[in-house]
Amino acid sequence: MFLSETTSMDPQFLLVPLVVFLPLLGILVNWLFGKRLGEKAIGAIASLAAGGTFVVSLLLLLALRMQPEGFRVPLLQWFSVGGLDVSWSFRVDTLSVVMMLVVSLVGTLIHIYAIGYMHEDVRHQGDPARFRRFFIFLNLFIAAMMILVSADNFLMLFVGWEGVGLCSYLLIGFWFEKGEGGIANAKAGKKAFIVNRIGDFGLLIAIFLIFWAFGSLNFGDIFPNVGQVAASQPGLMVAITLFMLLGVSGKSAQIPLYVWLPDAMAGPTPVSALIHAATMVTAGVYLMTRSQALYLAAPAAQNVVMWLGAVTAIFAALIAVAQFDIKKVLAYSTISQLGFMVAAVGMGAEVAAMFHLVTHAFFKALLFLSSGSVILGLEHGITAGAQSEGMHGHAAHVDPQDMRNMGGLRKKMPTTFWVYVIGALTLAGIAPLAGFFSKDEILAAANEKNIYVFVLLVSAAFLTAFYMGRQIWMVFFGKARSEAANLARESAPLVTVPLIILAILSVIGGGLNFPGVMSLEHWLGPSIQVHEATFALPVAIGSLLVALTAIVLSWLIYGRKPLAESTTQDPLARSLGGVFSLLNQKFKVDEMYQAVIIRPFEKLSDFFAHPVDQGFIDGIANGLGSLVVALAQSLRKLQNGYVRSYALSIVAGIVIILIYLLVRV
Amino acid sequence: MPTSYFLALSAIMFTLGILGVLLRRNALVIFMSLELMFNAANLAFVTFANQYQLLTGQIFVFFIMAVAAAEVAVGLALMVAIFRNKGSVDIDQMNSLKG
Repeated sequence: MFLSETTSMDPQFLLVPLVVFLPLLGILVNWLFGKRLGEKAIGAIASLAAGGTFVVSLLLLLALRMQPEGFRVPLLQWFSVGGLDVSWSFRVDTLSVVMMLVVSLVGTLIHIYAIGYMHEDVRHQGDPARFRRFFIFLNLFIAAMMILVSADNFLMLFVGWEGVGLCSYLLIGFWFEKGEGGIANAKAGKKAFIVNRIGDFGLLIAIFLIFWAFGSLNFGDIFPNVGQVAASQPGLMVAITLFMLLGVSGKSAQIPLYVWLPDAMAGPTPVSALIHAATMVTAGVYLMTRSQALYLAAPAAQNVVMWLGAVTAIFAALIAVAQFDIKKVLAYSTISQLGFMVAAVGMGAEVAAMFHLVTHAFFKALLFLSSGSVILGLEHGITAGAQSEGMHGHAAHVDPQDMRNMGGLRKKMPTTFWVYVIGALTLAGIAPLAGFFSKDEILAAANEKNIYVFVLLVSAAFLTAFYMGRQIWMVFFGKARSEAANLARESAPLVTVPLIILAILSVIGGGLNFPGVMSLEHWLGPSIQVHEATFALPVAIGSLLVALTAIVLSWLIYGRKPLAESTTQDPLARSLGGVFSLLNQKFKVDEMYQAVIIRPFEKLSDFFAHPVDQGFIDGIANGLGSLVVALAQSLRKLQNGYVRSYALSIVAGIVIILIYLLVRV
Repeated sequence: MPTSYFLALSAIMFTLGILGVLLRRNALVIFMSLELMFNAANLAFVTFANQYQLLTGQIFVFFIMAVAAAEVAVGLALMVAIFRNKGSVDIDQMNSLKG
């Protein structure tokens, strides 16, 4: 099997292990020699490692053009127990290579950006030594993500799945001693980790059930046999797909497990862009697209997926409207857009989901990185303000991520402003930017499938355009509402150049699956089952109008009369009152989880810890001890130190033996 | 004389020895009671040796005498050491090894 595969295979396919090993090499170099290298060299090595994976992915793309059916490249046998045979092999097909390209391209740009960003950040946070650690983690993430997308069986996919989760945890808590009370960042990391564990439980159960049903974990053994198993055990299929959905809702931040993603913004901004917007959180969408065959065999589960995505999309978009933290808005926006993708998978429009995944990776990375540039500008303003006022100015208390402290940054940071506007318009779905085409494809599919879902998604699209408009007006227009915003300056070219590249990608990304040409659809054809997507012109024009209306509305509310001071009440809060504060408090979901799940759980743990463990179980152990002690206490009385009483017992013993001998006879 | 007379004497001597060991507190008296028990056993040995016309029992008696002599030497040395420590040979005062 191995031989026949290699002989007919284009040798370029054999390069595929490099997508994992190049980042690992980068880690090794930075780990061993990083201390002696400067920041520039560390950043360059890490970026080269990431860039190398992009080159390899491009070569794979070229090879796939010749042999679009793809190949399986075995690397090594992991273990073989009974009927379970797990090897680490790479699956090179059109779907995995799309993911590799996105991860490596966006990843490389973010690596380069991070050289500039982290240079400032480590100084602002006061620990320049952590620069190297950051890039080691970033490379580790790329390696884990590549393991995930190139996996050929569910177990290797799970290895990558956990690997990216670990990197996410490490990077959310990168400044683990910072944040509110010196622990908020660490707590955010912990929350992400635990919530993802709940999801992973679902995925693991799904994997076990798959092994039970198919007797194998290899994609190649599972997907062709779905029809057979589904015919005999339809319920099992629903169980597999729904448990998998639980895993997806953990990793891809869907209801009910989305709560970790907004908190994950505690990580440095490049992390938010790379892991919590562009790549890792889309792993769930990739997983469901990869397992398309399973979902097609379980229409009930597909419906659940569709509704879950749509509800998440509108739910998160509502919350995003009322946030003030520039990164929190983007975080909820990410949840909302992931909802779009999940809904698309549920509708059977996997291509649209992948299309939106790709364009979203471009424009959301762009938005996050631009917001990082804004934060850098404000942090610079804070430092500059503190210097001019002596060491203890009031400017030191300004939150550099609060949009109420911004305003008027258009003139101060022109490049950032323009790329931000491009990103925002792309996200809002304005033609002819990338987001318009990808979102429209999802909306068109929803229009055909289910009118209620369609309405939900269009409303979410409306809110998306609205909150992005609100953000632009609040951040870049009006007058500076804080000393820091007044003193902000444009970031270094190392930061802005990746932004410009991403902005260009956001503009032209729509060409990937341009209506009529549909290159992505044809490209993915050999890997997954593709439905001919129709470009519905009325839907497209309608969604464009919806987005424009929302932007105009946001101008009426936030643009025409900008906030005067950072303490001014939000105009929406004035008109919406309680609704706004409910949205601002994120529907109190965290509080609800706290009350409904966490507190009862803590009570239960307390019960197990004190009455059960310390009372009952410790009681048994301690009771045995006291029993022996008491027994020994009474026995030690026999040893009284009087020789004559010992002699008496000897005599008594002899007498007893004698009596025995006499009686026996 | 019948053998049983000797055996009865041996038993009486042995019982007296036991009672002495159990009832007296003076270590020297206990010692003497021990010797009494030894000799009761010796008496039984020779009685049976005589009864069955065997030499083994008689040889045993010599062994026991030799060992008992050695034991007496050690025991008396202990006694002297105890007396130097405590100023008395009352064994009920030597009860520090209790549990």
